[in-house]
Amino acid sequence: MYKDDPGYDCSKLLETPYDPEFAEKKYNPDKPMENRITDIGPPHYAQFFPEVIKKNYGKWLTHEIIQPGVIKYTSETGDVMWVVRCGTPRLLTTNLMREISDIADKFSEGICRWTTRNSVEFHVTDEGTLKDLIEYLNNFKHPGGSYKLPIGGTGAGITNIVHTQGWIHCHTPATDASGMVKGVMDDIFEYWHSHKLPAKLRISMACCLNMCGAVHCSDIALLGIHRKPPFVEDDRITGVCEIPLAIAACPTAAIKPATVELPDGKKVKSVRVNEPRCMFCGNCYTMCPAMPLADAEGDGVAILAGGKISNRITQPSFSKLIIPYIPNEPPRWPGVCEAVRKMVEAYEKNANKYERLGDWAKRVGWERFYELCDIPFSDKSIDDYRLAYDTYHTTTQFKWSSHTDALMK
Amino acid sequence: MADLKKHDTPMIDELKKGPWPSFADDINTRAESGVQCCYDLLGQMELSYVHKETHWKHGGIVGVFGYGGGVIGRYSDAPHEFPSIAHFHTLRINQPASKFYNTKFLRKLCDMWDHRGSGIFNFHGSTGDMVMIGTTTDQLEPIFFDLTHQFDMDLGGSGSNLRTPSCCVGKARCEYSCLDTQAITYDLTMTYQDELHRPAFPYKFKFKTSGCPNDCVAAIARACTSIIGTWRDNIRIDQKAVQAYIGGEIKPNAGAFSDRDWGPFDIQKEVIDLCPSKCMYMDGNELKIDDRECVRCMHCINVMPSALRPGVDTGATILNGAKAPILEGAQMSTLIIPFMKMEYPYQEFKDYVELMWDWWMEEGKNRERLGELIQRQGLRHYIVDILGRKPIPQHVKEPRSNPYHFWKEEEVPGGWKRDLAEFRKKHLA
Ligand code: SF4
Ligand code: SF4
Ligand code: SF4
Ligand code: SF4
Repeated sequence: MYKDDPGYDCSKLLETPYDPEFAEKKYNPDKPMENRITDIGPPHYAQFFPEVIKKNYGKWLTHEIIQPGVIKYTSETGDVMWVVRCGTPRLLTTNLMREISDIADKFSEGICRWTTRNSVEFHVTDEGTLKDLIEYLNNFKHPGGSYKLPIGGTGAGITNIVHTQGWIHCHTPATDASGMVKGVMDDIFEYWHSHKLPAKLRISMACCLNMCGAVHCSDIALLGIHRKPPFVEDDRITGVCEIPLAIAACPTAAIKPATVELPDGKKVKSVRVNEPRCMFCGNCYTMCPAMPLADAEGDGVAILAGGKISNRITQPSFSKLIIPYIPNEPPRWPGVCEAVRKMVEAYEKNANKYERLGDWAKRVGWERFYELCDIPFSDKSIDDYRLAYDTYHTTTQFKWSSHTDALMK
Repeated sequence: MADLKKHDTPMIDELKKGPWPSFADDINTRAESGVQCCYDLLGQMELSYVHKETHWKHGGIVGVFGYGGGVIGRYSDAPHEFPSIAHFHTLRINQPASKFYNTKFLRKLCDMWDHRGSGIFNFHGSTGDMVMIGTTTDQLEPIFFDLTHQFDMDLGGSGSNLRTPSCCVGKARCEYSCLDTQAITYDLTMTYQDELHRPAFPYKFKFKTSGCPNDCVAAIARACTSIIGTWRDNIRIDQKAVQAYIGGEIKPNAGAFSDRDWGPFDIQKEVIDLCPSKCMYMDGNELKIDDRECVRCMHCINVMPSALRPGVDTGATILNGAKAPILEGAQMSTLIIPFMKMEYPYQEFKDYVELMWDWWMEEGKNRERLGELIQRQGLRHYIVDILGRKPIPQHVKEPRSNPYHFWKEEEVPGGWKRDLAEFRKKHLA
């Protein structure tokens, strides 16, 4: 059926080398509609499938992870295929992309695939090639010594950290993304290429409350937060912002219109922030560049935990705020790394087989979770935002823990 | 080459150490091959590491002619120090469904991106698009011409648009998949090209498709409309394979626990007792499932993929309204349609999309996600009045615990107009 779709076959285009002058010949700024093609959508996916996948599409019977990062698939047709999964930092240059292409050409029919969590996968159909590929990848390193494409990310281990842009390319971050992820993954690398956890563990990272990284349902979530209300640049605001939009953007109605006098005596329309009402979400800044929040002392990282997406055994659940604030400590964020490691190790030691981090915490009780992870409880984990009641503990069922011991001393 | 300006970046250099792939090393290697903007990018990042604040300016609207999305403007706030990244815009490019590529495509793309931009990608952005980081305003139209003419490829979504739909690997590789996730994603992407490229919505809108309730693409947490594969007949059981698991010939969970000794596989403890609906039991040597009670959580299938398979009468559960916490707090998608057959050309689904979008475009406030509108006007209103669907217990985790239902006048016999004089005849004031 897909053969009838527009854009099915771009193989001819791909055979033709890139023409660097093409656009200048075809594009005329005075007549932008001339020669224009629009709304053609993505290339059709099927043309990029390896032959073995074209043949066995929808016919796969079972799979087995033969070692961390290497999955063997068996089809109804009797065909087998191995997939080797490799970590990437998501941020890739054309240099590395060409090397990935070399690997795909050499070992996997010139095809590779990226996963939802930014790992790259190579598909092979014979065991000899598989062995060579694994050996090649294990020796494939950057000049500084890091693996270029480390194998792992399957089974009861830690997968690649989905993350956002941070200081490398975004205008609203409260922290960096790539650097923090590098620090954390270096620290817990042993869990990337092993299967020794009670179940899979997903870490996600987002550098501001916009959460491009959807960290709100992860086993462990690292989240950049601001802690100072926005500035208001009175002398600039009318030029760069629609004041009503900035006011409407604030979820807590903390922004009010105001007429203010500039130092030169000129009166301008601006806004004032009712600071105790500000929850530092940054929405106003998104709407209005004259209201920046970024601040070296104010900004940092919150850590949430216990969320999941999969419907397996228990229902999907939100991550909960465990540590309200850790300062930004570039280049390696040791405070974040330590907190993550404590949680991972306590989970490894204490959870049951198949039990996700949040389910373990729920089973032993959150009070025990704090105790086992050796993390102090903070008043900031008591919800005082909307719908907070849902999280209140409306039962006398609780466990004695170090916290109650301390109270009753 | 001689006039390349390398900045001093001790903190960024620190990130070259350690086993995990170093983006700093990768970008530095590319800089050394003669690319100034890579040096400047690392230099500006070092400055952010010193200041602990970003050095990218807010906004600045850029784009290609006729499109409202796909390009995100980005300018350095230290352009004199880092002139080659003074403008450094992002392009979102619509990825092929489930992200397979051949190297002809990748190499040609590299040629183009080296010529017209920084040579730095995100593979992929959090929404799913292939992302190119770093080019100047004058290159945007040429890149669009190159992509459409030389690659058969188009921009993805950004702004108050439909965002680029994405999906799990589905039937291409996964035996669990109850849906043709790629075909659905491709079809929706093609059908809604206009919505993808020209902002007409109150805010962003996302479709994501996972082939089964394991939900590898995180549809339930990230999509305004989550399409998640399921089945309504029985789990297929291969009793011989069940015995092979019990006998230890096949490793549980496809070998996912290989680095730790959890003892011999115990089907009672590891499968039957963990089934959330307690609908499995052993009848002698046979594994039995009371399928009517099964909530299709995937656990037993994940543990014994060679013995158990989803049924054959497959379709999708449709959920609505997931979003990150901004503004009204995080939301998970809420179950709306328990089961829908998803067959080409997906007309039933598209009819549903029309109803949903019409309501949201009419009633949604600026920057209000569908999930927030459902909260504001009520799930009951959405299901019953907007979609015209029959309410069922599956729509709630549990019935409400307060009795404050807003009865409508027409629901009460005699309506709300009453005769006070008649009332007072019966009741002294
Ligand atoms: S999470 Fe926030 S700071 Fe990070 S990339 Fe998204 S919008 Fe930018
Ligand atoms: S940061 Fe958020 S809460 Fe604070 S003033 Fe801005 S919009 Fe309002
Ligand atoms: S969501 Fe289900 S069908 Fe899709 S890849 Fe994951 S396990 Fe397979
Ligand atoms: S899919 Fe889940 S609910 Fe259904 S039988 Fe298996 S374990 Fe039980």
